[in-house]
Amino acid sequence: MSERPGEHGVTLDTVKRAEDTPDERQPYAELGMKADEYERVRQILGRRPTSSELAIYSVMWSEHCSYKSSKVHLRQFGAKAPASDALLVGMGENAGVVDIGDGWAATFKIESHNHPSYVEPHQGAATGVGGIVRDIMSMGARPIAVMDALRFGAADAPDTRRVLPGVVEGISHYGNCLGLPNIGGEVVFDPCYIGNPLVNALCVGLLRKDQIKLATAPGPGNKVVLFGALTGPDGIGGASVLASATFEDESQAKRPSVQVGDPFMEKLLIECCLELYQADVVVGIQDLGAAGVSCATTELAAKGTGGMDVRLDLVPLRDPSLRPEEILMSESQERMMAVVTPDDIDAFMAICAKWDIPATVIGEVTDGGRLVMTWYGETIVDIPPGTAADEGPVYERPFHEPAGQAALNADDPSRLPRPDDLRATLLTLLGSPNLASKEWVTSQYDRYVRGNTVLAQPADAGVLRISEVMPGAEETTRGIALATDGNGRYARLDPYAGAQLALSEAYRNVAVTGARPLAVTDCLNFGSPEDPEVMWQFAEATRGLADACKILGVPVTGGNVSFYNQTGTTAIHPTPVVGVLGVIDDVARRVRNGFTGEGDRVVLLGETLAEFGGSEWAHVVHGHLGGLPPQVDLEAELALARVLTEAAAQGLLTGSHDLSDGGLAVALAEAVLARGVGCSVSLPGDDAFTDLFSESPARALVTVRPESFDAFAELCAAHEVPCQRLGVTGGSSLAVEGVLDIPVAELRETHEATLPGIFG
Amino acid sequence: MSAARVGVVTFPGTLDDQDAARAVRHAGGEAVPLWHADPDLKGVDAVFLPGGFSYGDYLRCGAISRFAPLMEELIPAARAGLPVLGTCNGFQILCEAHLLPGALMRNAGLHYICRDQRVRVESTATPWTSDFTEGQEIVLPIKHGEGRYVADAATLAALEAGGQVVFRYAGSNPNGSMNDIAGIRNEAGNIVGLMPHPEHAVEDLTGAPSTDGRGFFSSILKRLVNL
Repeated sequence: MSERPGEHGVTLDTVKRAEDTPDERQPYAELGMKADEYERVRQILGRRPTSSELAIYSVMWSEHCSYKSSKVHLRQFGAKAPASDALLVGMGENAGVVDIGDGWAATFKIESHNHPSYVEPHQGAATGVGGIVRDIMSMGARPIAVMDALRFGAADAPDTRRVLPGVVEGISHYGNCLGLPNIGGEVVFDPCYIGNPLVNALCVGLLRKDQIKLATAPGPGNKVVLFGALTGPDGIGGASVLASATFEDESQAKRPSVQVGDPFMEKLLIECCLELYQADVVVGIQDLGAAGVSCATTELAAKGTGGMDVRLDLVPLRDPSLRPEEILMSESQERMMAVVTPDDIDAFMAICAKWDIPATVIGEVTDGGRLVMTWYGETIVDIPPGTAADEGPVYERPFHEPAGQAALNADDPSRLPRPDDLRATLLTLLGSPNLASKEWVTSQYDRYVRGNTVLAQPADAGVLRISEVMPGAEETTRGIALATDGNGRYARLDPYAGAQLALSEAYRNVAVTGARPLAVTDCLNFGSPEDPEVMWQFAEATRGLADACKILGVPVTGGNVSFYNQTGTTAIHPTPVVGVLGVIDDVARRVRNGFTGEGDRVVLLGETLAEFGGSEWAHVVHGHLGGLPPQVDLEAELALARVLTEAAAQGLLTGSHDLSDGGLAVALAEAVLARGVGCSVSLPGDDAFTDLFSESPARALVTVRPESFDAFAELCAAHEVPCQRLGVTGGSSLAVEGVLDIPVAELRETHEATLPGIFG
Repeated sequence: MSAARVGVVTFPGTLDDQDAARAVRHAGGEAVPLWHADPDLKGVDAVFLPGGFSYGDYLRCGAISRFAPLMEELIPAARAGLPVLGTCNGFQILCEAHLLPGALMRNAGLHYICRDQRVRVESTATPWTSDFTEGQEIVLPIKHGEGRYVADAATLAALEAGGQVVFRYAGSNPNGSMNDIAGIRNEAGNIVGLMPHPEHAVEDLTGAPSTDGRGFFSSILKRLVNL
């Protein structure tokens, strides 16, 4: 018999052969599987797995796909979830879906692509964007914007100069070419991220609330279609080898495991999918991300009627020498899988042809409860799909407080010497990499494409208009707002509070635009779950986030966990990045960022305590990390958000800005820099340093016209939000009476020179 | 009287077609979608080639688009006087199709750049710029990685001598374009290409903090009404 493609003289490992050779040694360990996990597969199947089945289980049960270490903690997000009328689809689908009113829904999710971005910054970051965009598409939505939360080592570290430009270029190239505006995000530097940069990509999409698509394959006889790019050898083993193991020194050897992106194909895929949805020819749909065909087939089958027959030899290949195991594990980008009724298949194929998208029927839904795959007529996979998709191992990893945690918390920043020259302190902070202008990064992103961008970076949150996104939306006046935040230093000092502070800030950032926060997505970036001290950080952070979501009334709709962000035994700071989505009823009433005109009253909202643990001041000036992070006050956040959204709806605010890193001083400087409108203010307290640099949460800066001030003050009083008049906008400097006076030009020069000075 | 009809072309990978169509509508015109694979201009009175990454910008920006079936109709129509505006990728396509001279190369800084750019109007003698005044400074967003205009010395001299430079970057030159050129026209004046994006500067609520882009659309619609 002649050799079939993809065999290369290696015997095809069929189900029959697996039965006949029960003792054949299998490379489960090399595929990242533990001995007891392998044993469980044997138990499930009642025989040894074929090499193709082993490929499926190894990727589906990897940390990245199965959440085996995090699952027991993530359950709190459901168990403690606040009652929310807005939640349409919660955790467990490709992305959460939220009702934004007038018959429309938004779907959004953030996901990490950390490890690939370290190995190959450009492609790693680019395919991170591509992957999250396909998640949003697979919900039936039109993707409408992206943003990225990025963490790098020290800005001037040599490796940061390698990684950052590549990551930014990858995001820029892929996102710009897709035609999605990049409307926000973060860039943060800290030595703890050296060797473990974080690249968390967020995408948001819009759809009619009655047209949500799910990853399910119901209806025996329905066709399974693979469409999009051809399958090649990219990213093979990516899910298990790359995403689920700690980096040591061989990362160069892992380069072939990083996928390569083709944004042009993805753009065509977006338009093609939207036309398929409009023609109503899709029963179920799933994107191919981590674990490729393995993941798509097992998940679709497990959520459908339970069975699927797949002819793996029909998968169109870019490299005809691929073996079936490799096809199953390939993470080639820009691929989707759909379930289509036989009646609709011709219409489906015609739409794909219009967009020049290759599409192939590779199988059929069955009622057998088994996922069966054949290779040129021989059965190579025969498994209950749920065992791979949903019934992976679940670990209750041991955890305990890190040995040095108490000492770290006892090392209070109150011992640090206070500065004499507050002018110099402000300029030092404003020029430090974390607070300096990020324009070097964000000017490489298209923020205007598709014409619906109302606010974008450096605004506190991105805001989009809905009415012109899609046909049929013309009548709505609504807009959506999105922000991500996360402070690793706070979380290092107290992961419970750190996660809550991340949520508080993202929530506040949405509210300062005038939007009402609705729902949460999170990307939880941690070290190794096998380290009990890291696991404690994870347990605390998830508990903190779940508790805070309940109080703020915003459910977690989905997200992602990224473990193993560590080099050797040194983990990154625990870094929960939280994304909040809000809705604004009349987007024309959005509040612009910073000072927008002369003669407005400058008002500080919220209460300022002396809080410097984990602050930018302690970090930049003293290189100090110790004590406790600022005190969380969720009731105050709720009240502040109510004031901000009501004031915006009443048209009382002319500008706003959130107070966070660097405190009031940095917020004032940024508000001035937004349009070059100066201000003169006086400080409310008796300690100028605390007034200017403390990082107490639940605070914001707003401007109101003098004639609106009384009405605004009444609103604040009604919600018991402290409201202090600081001064007035105007002039060409930032003047704080008796403390400092800095010309706008000097602020600007300091703020804008830092990143170009480092990155060219 | 029916509204003037401006065709907006979509190639695979075109991104700003929605924006261009919206800008035409806001100005009171009718935006007519034109699909790259249709060899038919649908009788439009003018054509807008929007930005994007047509065909992924593979090979060279605009190099594949010029061979699209629609271009077989568009090229002779443009040579015969049909008003055509190409922005960004549209400008690159016009150069690749030899409807405009010169070429757009990788930005001098080697980075894609998105910013609100001051631009000086150098020529109002085109159907797309008649509502501006010569020497007027406007603000339009730019967003491109390959916008550095280059041409040989003779071409450049001819463009300058013939008043064919329509826009120049004011303030700092973002991409290293020769003579700070942001946009040019053909000799007849009916074909204009520029890197900045007027369609992203027509509304108060969205896009760039400028509505200077409206001048392009009011110019062409006046011209078409007065034909």
